Order: sequence, then C-alpha cells, then structure tokens
Amino acid sequence: MIPAAFGYSRATSVADAVAQLGSAGPDSKLIAGGQSLLPMMRLRLAQPEHLIDVNGLRELDYITPKDGRLLVGAMTRHATLVRSEVVRRHLPLLSEIASEVGDPQVRSRGTIGGVMAHADAAGDYPTLALMMDATIVTDRRRIPARDFFQHLFTTSLAPDELVCEVDFPVATGAHRYLKFRRRLFDWAIVGVGVQMSDDGWRVGITHAGPTAVRAHAVESALRSGANPKEAAEHATDGLHPTSDVHASSEYRLHLAEVLTRRALEQAA
Amino acid sequence: MAQTVRLAVNGVARVEEVEPRLLLVHFLRERCGLTGTHVGCDTSQCGACTVLCDGAPVKSCTMLTVQAEGMAITTIEGLAPPGEMHPLQTAFWESHGLQCGFCTPGFIMAASALLAENPDPTDEELGRGLEGNLCRCTGYVNIRRAVHAAAKAIREGSAAPTAVGG
Repeated sequence: MIPAAFGYSRATSVADAVAQLGSAGPDSKLIAGGQSLLPMMRLRLAQPEHLIDVNGLRELDYITPKDGRLLVGAMTRHATLVRSEVVRRHLPLLSEIASEVGDPQVRSRGTIGGVMAHADAAGDYPTLALMMDATIVTDRRRIPARDFFQHLFTTSLAPDELVCEVDFPVATGAHRYLKFRRRLFDWAIVGVGVQMSDDGWRVGITHAGPTAVRAHAVESALRSGANPKEAAEHATDGLHPTSDVHASSEYRLHLAEVLTRRALEQAA
Repeated sequence: MAQTVRLAVNGVARVEEVEPRLLLVHFLRERCGLTGTHVGCDTSQCGACTVLCDGAPVKSCTMLTVQAEGMAITTIEGLAPPGEMHPLQTAFWESHGLQCGFCTPGFIMAASALLAENPDPTDEELGRGLEGNLCRCTGYVNIRRAVHAAAKAIREGSAAPTAVGG
C-alpha cells in the first residue's frame, strides 16, 4: 500500500532537527532508518503529517570507546554494528544482538537510535540497554534506560526531543542473546539476554510485557549461588505478558524461563 | 509538495520531481520502467523488491525515493551489462533456482550483496544472508544450490558474464 500524503524535509543538524520538530507540530515525526515507521505508514497505522529525515546527520554515526564506556551514535545502522571490530572488542553482546535484528535488508537501513525511540515491545536493543544500565543521550539530557522505556511505543522523550547516542558500559565477559521466533527475520516472540559483568550476571527479557525488563530476581538468585535452572525459575517474577496471534501469555512465560536457562547455560 | 531528487539508477544519473510518499520500488517500476523489481507483499517481509543502494541490500518498498538522494541504485536490470547475465543469473538458470520466478530478482540482489561481503559462504551463512527473502514455491534447496554455484564460479574467475540466448 501507499502511505497517506505527508510533507518532507531533511534535518541539517541536531539543532535543526529539534527546531523543525518544534515548529512542524504534534503530527510530525522523525524518520531514521524507517524500517518500522514506513511499514506502519504503508498500513496506515501511522499517518504523520510531516516527516523530518535525520539520515543526513552523519555526525550521529559513530562507535567510540571511551573510559570504560562504548558510545554509539543514534544514526549507527545495524549493519555497521554487526561489522564493527570495536563493538566486538568492547561489547560483543551488542554485535550478537545487532546481527539478530530483522534481516540483512533491514540491517542496511535501521538504526539503533530509531529502535530506542520507537520502543517496540519486541525491540532487541532496549533489553540490552535496560540490563546493562545504559544511558540514552538526547539533544538536551541523559536518560537512564530504566526511565526511558515507559510503555508500549512510549518513551520519556519530549515531543521535540531527539535521541543522539546510546552510552553502554563496556562488558566483555560471557554473554548470550536467545531470540525465539518462527522465522529468522521475525520479531522475538520472547528473547533473553545474559551478560557477565563486574557485579555478576545481568539478565534482560524481551517481549514478555509492554517494555523489555531487567530480570533482577534471576540476577540475585545467581549471586546467591543458584545454578542456571534454579535461577531461571525466577525469570517470570513480575512478568505480565499479553497473549497475541503469535503466543499466549502462558507460552511467553514458559519461554522466558526456558530461554533464561538456556542463555545462561550457553553463555560464552 | 513535490521534491527534487538526484540519484543514479543502474549508472544513469537522474533528476526527478517526486512526491515524498513515492516509495523507491514504485519509482523504479513506474518512473524508470524497471519492472524487474517486484512487489510481493505489503508488509516489508518478502524481499522481492530488494535492490542495492550504494551496494547495500535494501527493500525498496521500505524506503522513500527522496531518501535515495545522492545514492547509486542497482536493480536486477543493472547487475550485468545489457545482453549479458551475471554469474548469479546464470546459476539460477542452470540450477533451476526458481519455480514461478516472482521472488528471483530479490533473491539474486540479496545474494549479490551477500557474496560481495562473503565470497565463500557456508550453507548456514548463506541461509542467514538470504533470510530477508521469501520463496512461496518453497524452492529454497535449489536457490541455495544456485548461490553456492555462483559463488564458486565467481571465486574461480569463470565469472565472465554469459551472453543471453547463447
């Protein structure tokens, strides 16, 4: 299908993008890779009046290690993350997750900043951001991931605010991201990420609720000496997944536990 | 309001006035007359519309024409010189890597991007590289065979494009 008509302009700088968002009104939207937005517009689930294209903001396309952190510019595309030796050296779990986003065509266009701002419940990077206590850096402030993702497709971004960077801690210990889906390019029905960090295991769960969650109960069980199977029994603590055409709530809870156990067992 | 877009399609520079909502696939098919790029779904899933944008595989149904500003686009028609076939096209023919053929241009474009990055993919890497393309005749076995054969031909340098009709 063809999207409804809209106005279009290109942002020439971060400040210009923010100014355009402010003046274009509430029904304007930023477009980055467009791999979620354009399908929604084609199905007329989204009908923005005006798109502000941020693809020209190459200053937001960078991967920079700095003082124990890995700074990733918002316009960094998935394919760039997959190929990056720097990411593999400083946060290999990000490489692994990036290679599981969509398919090669989606990875050519889609960006990490776009995934964060879109806040799909099945997005993969939000899980990593939450479990690693990453910070979302915008044009005006730094937002901890736990305060950023508020609900389904809902973030704490102001209407005229632009995601500029994701600031991750470096982590090179054992890790694994398991994504359960029917076809390779599908969204996760449920996904689980695990990462050994300086203070023990970090565990995050994708698509078992309106936002990703950090599985604190699993982490503390592991700190108390539980084995993967015992710890995974806590994966469903506090989860309230919805049922949809892909899976029932009960099935998602089952997957959360099984995938947590497997991810811990397979982490390397 | 129409926007001016400057891009190159199969090596031909173009300056066009387009509506912002004109998807790249419709621009290629309707404005450029390049109907080898197919529209197979409405949900950005099937990959039949895959083209190369500055060498990267992209679903042309999931990109606005205005976003191709300054880019070099390659479609199935531009993969080999006119009258010749790319080794992937030859291999799909010889290995019968298609049944109805609707998905074939997308598969070949995705495979060309895969082989440019990984000239000797394992069977698993090949499957992962083509995960964005669907064949509803379920002809994947021969598609894999064709891409492996093309990869081998290209590696061994017997990749001289074959004349069509020979």
